[in-house]
Amino acid sequence: MKREPDLSVELCGIRLRNPLILASGILGTGPDLLVRVARAGAGAVTTKSCSLKPRKGHPNPTVLDWGHGLINAVGLANPGLEEMSRIIAQAKELLKPLGVPLIASIFGGKTEEFAALARKLNSLPDFIEVNISCPNVEAEMGRPFATDARMAARVTAAVREASQVPVIVKLSPNVTDIAYIARAVEEAGADAISAINTVSGMVIDIHSGRPVLANRIGGISGPAIKPIALRCIYEITRVVKVPVIGIGGVTSGKDALEMIMAGATAVGIGSAVYYRGVEAFGQIAGEMRDLMAELGYETLAEVRGLAHRA
Amino acid sequence: MPTVHNLPQPFKIAEVIEESYRVKTFVLEGSFEAEPGQFVMLWLPGVDEKPFSLVNSNPVTLTVARVGPFTSELHRRKPGDTLWLRGPFGNGFTLEGEHLLLIGGGYGVAPLLFLARKAREGGRRVSVVIGASTARDVILAEDFLALGCHVIIATEDGSRGFRGKAPEVAEELLRDINPDALYACGPGGMLEAVRMMAGRRGLPVQLSYESYIRCAIGVCGSCQRSGWLVCRDGPVRRA
Ligand SMILES: Cc1cc2nc3c(=O)[nH]c(=O)nc-3n(C[C@H](O)[C@H](O)[C@H](O)COP(=O)(O)OP(=O)(O)OC[C@H]3O[C@@H](n4cnc5c(N)ncnc54)[C@H](O)[C@@H]3O)c2cc1C
Ligand SMILES: Cc1cc2nc3c(=O)[nH]c(=O)nc-3n(C[C@H](O)[C@H](O)[C@H](O)COP(=O)(O)O)c2cc1C
Repeated sequence: MKREPDLSVELCGIRLRNPLILASGILGTGPDLLVRVARAGAGAVTTKSCSLKPRKGHPNPTVLDWGHGLINAVGLANPGLEEMSRIIAQAKELLKPLGVPLIASIFGGKTEEFAALARKLNSLPDFIEVNISCPNVEAEMGRPFATDARMAARVTAAVREASQVPVIVKLSPNVTDIAYIARAVEEAGADAISAINTVSGMVIDIHSGRPVLANRIGGISGPAIKPIALRCIYEITRVVKVPVIGIGGVTSGKDALEMIMAGATAVGIGSAVYYRGVEAFGQIAGEMRDLMAELGYETLAEVRGLAHRA
Repeated sequence: MPTVHNLPQPFKIAEVIEESYRVKTFVLEGSFEAEPGQFVMLWLPGVDEKPFSLVNSNPVTLTVARVGPFTSELHRRKPGDTLWLRGPFGNGFTLEGEHLLLIGGGYGVAPLLFLARKAREGGRRVSVVIGASTARDVILAEDFLALGCHVIIATEDGSRGFRGKAPEVAEELLRDINPDALYACGPGGMLEAVRMMAGRRGLPVQLSYESYIRCAIGVCGSCQRSGWLVCRDGPVRRA
C-alpha cells in the first residue's frame, strides 16, 4: 500500500507539520485568532507587522476586493512592541501544545529600530520576519529598504546580529531584479527569505474620480499576483541556498504545489482567508495531499524546485 | 446573504428624515438583497469609510447617530447628494419563534426595525423595548408602531415610558410579554445584560456586536473579539 503523502517540512531546523504559513497582516492581531488559524490547519503562523510604537494606520478604505484580488493600504496599524510582546507570549503558550511555531513580523523606519525590535523580542517567537517591503507607507517612510540591495543588507545584518532566533527577510516584488536583492540579504546573514509582499497598485472609482483607497496607492494580493510570485520565487531560488517561503496568490493545493515546484520550501497564505475563510488552511493541505497522491509524490522534497530542471 | 458590491457603489440620497436632534435616517435610491443585522461600509470620498447597519434594503436605508467627525460630515449630506456603499457584509439575524422580543439601545434600535419588518411580513408577533437615556433620544417608535409591533419605551431618567435601562424593563415585563426568542442590539453592557437574562429564562437569544471595523471582509483582524471576527463571523451571534 502507498503511504499517505507527508507534508511536513523543515525551516531553519524547525519542523512544520505542513508548509502552510499564515502570512503577516492577515488575522495576526491576537492570540485567540492566531490559535484559531493553527487549529484550522496552518503549519506556522505570522503576527501582524509590529513597530516599536503603536501605529493607527491609514483611514479607510484600507482593504478592498477589486475583482481579481485584494488591494490594501492598512498602513501597518499595530499596537506597538509592548502590547505585541504580550500577544506573542500568550499565543506561544497556546500554540505549544499544537506544535505550531510562531513567526513575529517586525517593521521600522530605521535600521536601528529593526535591531531594537529583534533584541527586545529576544527568543519569544520561533522566528523573526523582517518586513522591509511594505509598499503602503512610502509617503511617511520613504522607499522600502527592500528596493535597495545595500539598505536591505544593512537591515538584515543588524537584525541577524540582534536576534536570538532564525531571521526571515521579506522581499518586495516592486524591484527590477529581486534575485539581486535576495543574494544581498543572504550574504548579510538572512536565515530564510520570504517573498513576495504585495504588488504596488491602484483602484479608481469613476463616479467620484478618486482612488478608492484613502492612501491612494496600495498593495495587490490574491489570485492576480500568483504568476508574479511564482516568477519571483523561481528567480530567487535560482541564486540563493537559504530556504524560501513562497507567498502570493496561493488559494488552493494546486497553487501551493506550483509554489514548491518553483523552489519554495514553505508557502505563505494570506488573501485565501478572504476567499475560503480560516478553513482555507485545512482545505489547502488536504488538496495538496490528494494531488501528491495522484501525481505519485510522497514528500515535498521530491516536489521542490522541479520547475528548475533543464 | 452574499456581498453584492465588493467595491463602493454610488447611491443617491432620496430623502433625509430627522429622527432626533442627533439621529438622521438616509433613504437612498436603489436596493440590494440583504438580511436584517447585516451592515454596509459607507464611503465619503476624501473623508473615511465606516460601518452602518441596514434599516431597510429596498430602498437601501441607514439610520445614523452623529457621534464624531465622520457622522457629522454625513449629517451635512442632502437629498440628491451621493453616498458610496459596499456590502452587505456579515451574518444577520435569523427568525425563530412566533413571538419575538427585540431590545434596542441608542442607534442599536435601527437594525431591529429591519428585523421587525421581516418578522411582521412573516406574520409573527413582535414586541420591542426601545431604550434611551432620555425622552429626546428615543427613536423609531412610530415606525415600529406602524408595523403593528407592541412598543415599550424605557428611558434611564423616566422622562418617557418606563424608567430604567432597556434590559431591566424587558425583564420586568417578560412574564406578560412571554416571548419565544430575544434579539438585542446596543452597547456592550446592554448586550451582556440581555445575554444573562436569556440564560436565566432559558430563552434563545441573538445579539449584534460592535467593534472597530476596517476591512469588513475578515482579513485584517481589526474587529476580532477573542478570535471571533465581528465583520465576518458576526455581527450577530447566538449566545
Ligand atoms: C456592525 C456595525 C454597525 C453599526 N451600525 C450603526 C448604525 O446603524 N447607526 C449608527 O449611527 N452607527 C452605527 N455603527 C457605529 C458607527 O460605525 C460609528 O458611530 C461611526 O463609525 C463613528 O464615526 P465618527 O467619525 O462619527 O466618530 P468617532 O469619533 O470616530 O467614533 C465614535 C465612536 O464610533 C466608533 N467607531 C469609529 N469608527 C469605527 C469603525 N470603523 N468601526 C466601528 N466603530 C467605529 C468609535 O469606536 C467610537 O466608539 C455601527 C458599527 C458597527 C461596527
Ligand atoms: C490586508 C493585508 C495586510 C497585510 N499586512 C502585512 C504586514 O503587516 N506585513 C507584511 O509583511 N505583509 C503584509 N501583507 C502582505 C501579505 O503578508 C502577503 O505578502 C501578500 O498579501 C501576498 O500574499 P497573498 O496573495 O496570499 O495575500 C498584507 C496583506 C494584506 C492583504
